[in-house]
Amino acid sequence: MHTLSLSRFSRRSFAAAVGLSALTLANISQAATPAELMAGYTAQSGSPAVVARGQQFFTTRHGREWSCSTCHGAVPTQAGKHASTGKSIQALAPAVNLERFTDSAKTEKWFRRNCNDVLGRECSAAEKADVLAWLLTLKP
Amino acid sequence: MPFALNSPCRLSLFGLLATLVLARAAFADDHHSPRVQLLPKYKNECASCHEAFAPGMLPAESWRRLMNNLPKHFGTDASLDPATLKELTAWLATHAGTGKYAREEPPEDRITRAAWFVRKHREVSSTSWKSPAVKSAANCGACHTGSDQGDFNEHGVRIPR
Repeated sequence: MHTLSLSRFSRRSFAAAVGLSALTLANISQAATPAELMAGYTAQSGSPAVVARGQQFFTTRHGREWSCSTCHGAVPTQAGKHASTGKSIQALAPAVNLERFTDSAKTEKWFRRNCNDVLGRECSAAEKADVLAWLLTLKP
Repeated sequence: MPFALNSPCRLSLFGLLATLVLARAAFADDHHSPRVQLLPKYKNECASCHEAFAPGMLPAESWRRLMNNLPKHFGTDASLDPATLKELTAWLATHAGTGKYAREEPPEDRITRAAWFVRKHREVSSTSWKSPAVKSAANCGACHTGSDQGDFNEHGVRIPR
């Protein structure tokens, strides 16, 4: 009787531990602050981010129809507008929109999509770090 | 007991209920529904760039083609991770259009080129379509004030000037 209840307990606590660690792992891979994400990209690129280069990258076209600012605005402390559908896009600057750059998977997804649209390729870690560094300087 | 099971009163109540149910179904069919509760993930992934179009607005085959081609989605990269892609594709196919919404796979799988869409909008002038407040025929909410709730009733239409 005693061993039975003990084994049931340990099975449960094992399951709980597995569940909790899975949850923790998921959280680690997702939740972040903009500064942490920037630090990650900077570490990946191997050199410090440059604010001015980030602004230049964001506001100029790269051989295609759109720049980042076509949809996000030249100074993304305000809402932008999707270039083809006209749908409103919430401000990108983290100081204005607290949800921005707080989820690593979401950040990666949008860099992948939007860099493909703007440059026809994925962005490098250095480019992402520069853009994020510039965005972090923007105040409401 | 207020009425016996087979009393005329009870039977007419059934009749009334049946009529209401049928009327509701007919109404729903006319308004791009049955109004399916939109999957939160669908809204999340698809409604960042455009409206969360009701799955009933396109036939299943059109949805499948669109979902298989997301990296080149009407000129933009709308790619998804494999698990999300699978989940949303299955959900769209399950709730895809029936009846007149499935009679054709519209050109380029565009909702706005389906025969029912063109017919419903035949009275909208080209000036209205070109208005900066409208910009795109896919911008349902520019005129259909309740579109985010799935409401396309004509009484809710306000064409911007």
